[in-house]
Amino acid sequence: MYNFNYHRAASFEDAQSIFNKSVDPVYLAGGMTLLPTMKQRLANPSDVIDLGNIANVSGVDQTNGGIFVKAMTTHAAVAANSEVVKRIPGLASVAGLIGDPHVRNRGTLGGSIANNDPAADYPAALVGLGATIKTTSREIAADNFFTGMFETVLESGELIVGVDFPIPDVAAYMKFPNPASRYAIVGVVVARIGEKVRVAVTGAGPSVFRISEMETALQKNFSPSAISDISVAADGLNNDIHAGPDYRAHLVQVMANRAVSACN
Amino acid sequence: MTIKVEATVNGKSVSADVEPRTLLVQYLRDHLGLTGTHVGCDTSQCGACVVHVNGQAIKACTILAVQCEGATIVTIEGLSEGDLLHPMQEAFRDNHGLQCGFCTPGMVMAAVDLVTRNPQPSEALVREKLEGNLCRCTGYHNIVKSVVAGAKAMSS
Repeated sequence: MYNFNYHRAASFEDAQSIFNKSVDPVYLAGGMTLLPTMKQRLANPSDVIDLGNIANVSGVDQTNGGIFVKAMTTHAAVAANSEVVKRIPGLASVAGLIGDPHVRNRGTLGGSIANNDPAADYPAALVGLGATIKTTSREIAADNFFTGMFETVLESGELIVGVDFPIPDVAAYMKFPNPASRYAIVGVVVARIGEKVRVAVTGAGPSVFRISEMETALQKNFSPSAISDISVAADGLNNDIHAGPDYRAHLVQVMANRAVSACN
Repeated sequence: MTIKVEATVNGKSVSADVEPRTLLVQYLRDHLGLTGTHVGCDTSQCGACVVHVNGQAIKACTILAVQCEGATIVTIEGLSEGDLLHPMQEAFRDNHGLQCGFCTPGMVMAAVDLVTRNPQPSEALVREKLEGNLCRCTGYHNIVKSVVAGAKAMSS
């Protein structure tokens, strides 16, 4: 790892002020992606701004219609939170399947979604549940937040404050993990919220995406048989040593089916 | 430029001046001489470097020492009391839970953490919770047996 200037931010305002004064800064949340990337010298920031000591930026709050998870809440804390487990068990299950127990003790919601790894779990949860991302300057619907591989609409220096999750009638996540890294080769969130059904896929493409054909079919008939004939095109899906596009397309179908079964 | 990092490691106050890029595992091994914590894959997958920071099992190869300022840290050296092994260490010895022993410090630290949270873990739960710890020689059968036995010993 190349060396850098280290800053311990006292608040989000402090963090942004340091960010604006630095040449090539980066925020450090849980560090579960950033630090490995820096160790491989794929990232070489001039300044690392640690958000880990800021008060009141982690935890889960109940809101009128849902649950607000603050940005620095760890995956372990989300998975174990009694309100999340009770009201959105599908979200607890997403958080509990990220990485391994030790990674979940460090990795954060904000860090994960700001990074938008194509194989990360949370993007599927946010898009699948129709969540809203609150930042230091605005609110963004999850559908508009994730724009491409490792890309989001976040502006330079903008920080995620937390994510507002509406309560679905039912939601489930099914994941086919890479056995070594535990990243999703394919992961599918299915959620039914009133009359609407959302199907969000991670791992398969460059960034999370929805399958409108499956959503329409499930809105008419919320059972696995409604989507058993709907296949996903392999064009544009990810291709690496773990799985080719055809295999990933097949896995999307299988994981979506299992997610609907788990909802019923 | 170095930064002073003060922490409590295995019950003792410690301090070292380190570069910001120093990882916790380097702080423990190179600056404090606590070489029981191992570097295996160095990519946060294998778990040989697992230690407890503020009561949570984490991978010491994927956290900066400067992030641990003021933290309470327990390493494998902090489990035994003199010659008396921790019940989990004893269980690994009794059940042949190790062969080369390289992954063992991380396995034991992960096991103690999982038993603290789940005092009577089933074999299935042990396998699930050891997902972040890789062993490349014994296979997992005896490790899982050790953890289940260690959990019983820790509760008695």
